[in-house]
Amino acid sequence: MAIRHFCMDERANLLWVHCRPICTVIWGIIRNTFCSFKMNTRVRTEQFCRNEYNLTGLCSRKYCPLGNSRYATIREFNGVCYLYMKTIERAAFPNKLWERVKLSKNFEKALKQIDDNLIFWPSFYKYKCKQRLTKITQYLIRMRKIMMYGRRKIVPVSRKIEKREKNREAKAWKAAKLDNAIEKELLERLKKGTYGDVYNIPAVAFDNVLKAEETDDEDEDRAQLEYEGAEEQEEEEEEEEEVEGEIEYIADEDFQESDASDVEDMDRVLPQGKGGHDASDDDESSGEEETKTGKGKSVKGRPGNLREPEWRLSTRRRDRHRRNRGSQNHFDETVIAAGDDENGDP
Amino acid sequence: MEEKFIEAPPQEEPTEPPIFPQNTFSHIRNKTRRRELYRQFKLDVAKSKKLEKLRKKKEKEELGDKAPPKQVPKTIESMRVFEETMVDPGDREVQHDEDHDEMAPYFKREVAPKVLITHSNRTVWRIRKFLRELRSTIPSSKVFRRKNIRLKRVIQQAISKDYTHVIVLHHDKTVPNGLIISQLPNGPTAHFRISNVRIRKEIKRCGLHTYHKPEVVLNNFGTRLGHRVGRLFATMFEQDPEFVGRQVVTFHNQRDYIFFRRHRYVFKKNMRVALQELGPRFTLKLRSLQKGTFDTKYGEYEFVHKRREMDNNRRKFFL
Repeated sequence: MAIRHFCMDERANLLWVHCRPICTVIWGIIRNTFCSFKMNTRVRTEQFCRNEYNLTGLCSRKYCPLGNSRYATIREFNGVCYLYMKTIERAAFPNKLWERVKLSKNFEKALKQIDDNLIFWPSFYKYKCKQRLTKITQYLIRMRKIMMYGRRKIVPVSRKIEKREKNREAKAWKAAKLDNAIEKELLERLKKGTYGDVYNIPAVAFDNVLKAEETDDEDEDRAQLEYEGAEEQEEEEEEEEEVEGEIEYIADEDFQESDASDVEDMDRVLPQGKGGHDASDDDESSGEEETKTGKGKSVKGRPGNLREPEWRLSTRRRDRHRRNRGSQNHFDETVIAAGDDENGDP
Repeated sequence: MEEKFIEAPPQEEPTEPPIFPQNTFSHIRNKTRRRELYRQFKLDVAKSKKLEKLRKKKEKEELGDKAPPKQVPKTIESMRVFEETMVDPGDREVQHDEDHDEMAPYFKREVAPKVLITHSNRTVWRIRKFLRELRSTIPSSKVFRRKNIRLKRVIQQAISKDYTHVIVLHHDKTVPNGLIISQLPNGPTAHFRISNVRIRKEIKRCGLHTYHKPEVVLNNFGTRLGHRVGRLFATMFEQDPEFVGRQVVTFHNQRDYIFFRRHRYVFKKNMRVALQELGPRFTLKLRSLQKGTFDTKYGEYEFVHKRREMDNNRRKFFL
């Protein structure tokens, strides 16, 4: 078969026709026997070609890069697109078989470049090359976007570890006895005088309780972890109002477990209010602990009372409804038994 | 012939086979009998315990000071592995360090905190509710809905707008799973794992908060690291709490789990305190503490929790 010298004109098509037999042979082999780039799908409707130079990725007569002596593709490398062309003249030189043209980053210019380079080629090459270029450009844009905005990292969750953590947390919660701890801390602050004049607590009651506590403490060993050093107290006395930053070390052994038996009759704890309650007390939100069920009595006019804080009345419908329903006083019943408040917790 | 009686060897009294205390009755097929035996066994055990207790009490009364000391049960806290970094309150060096670290200005009242709260991802009602409740807990804070803006940009903008803290909540749809507290401009960034989040609706007998500034209680932050984390929490809140409001925010550390609670308290007659729970409730566990603001690649980490290495020992804690 004579291979005439290829020239860039309309006779190119003739040349191709002339060389058809070579391509046919190759294609015959690929189609009928074996091609290492061929890939079948399970359904067998499509056959794919894994050759990097393939224009569409399908295995067919038209798009096989091996079975066509004239071929063009677009390939992308590091974000730059190239137009690859293969012609019959160079079939004898596999080293120089593929000619590469770097395409402009400007999409429109790149399209024009394709047109210019494949000027006398069959139109389907131009068409498919442009299609491929479009797809590549689109995925490059998407990649850049993702890199810019970041991708959410998906982290595998180990069931064993999650379970372990959950269980340890539950045990830690049980050991913590939060209500007791908070109660203790607040009482200590009260004793130290950080609250200043907010509460009027008759000195007698205070001293009695202090004495009682002292006798208790004499029996117990002060545990190592009790860090009530003199220096710390001095610091706190200097900055009386500053409550933040106080780090208290509370030992397990020093917790005085509050049993129900320790508490006096709950009836007597909050005084039954005698007079002196304003209309505003009734309207207070149900979170207000001074109100007893039904009767919005205040604790004014009694020694050892708390000055009423200024409640901001909420005008939301939900809260008005709650108020009108009658204050549900859960405060009285909160005997400080550990774990009572925290229902539903593990 | 004399009858010789060969005396039999002195017969030993037949020893009864030793009775081992039975505590399983599974070999008894008869249900009624088995039940009865088990019940009896339980009663016996309880009885013996009571008797033991009485005996001990008596002994104590009799001997007074010479009585054997009360047996203290071992707890994990008491058996905790000795931490070298445990802070001694009188330690001058620690005090000096704390006077000069990033959080000192807040305690000296030179800087007032201003907190920005955000989330990641698309949010659901429950997350937004939780964030709003967080905002109500922390005075001078604001919830910011960011859509896809990168955190670094958020932080830059926050710095320019004079925010002092940024809190980011990571979540997976409805369930929060991470919390980042970052102090701006240079401050430490703490990354926590958050769990057991309850919004007000999910807490029984939850009260309604007021807008008074709460007190802060920090329990059991013992080591150097614990100090740092505790102070980070404290700096988020305003330094002058309004005691009139009687609200307290607690960060209680137990075995490296930090329990966050919010209560309203009232002092009762017998020097007792009644607490009503307000607001949200959650648990934190420190994952890492970074020196700068939120730079996962090049940041300098002070503490990273490595599961393989650190979770081995049940009695070793870091806070």
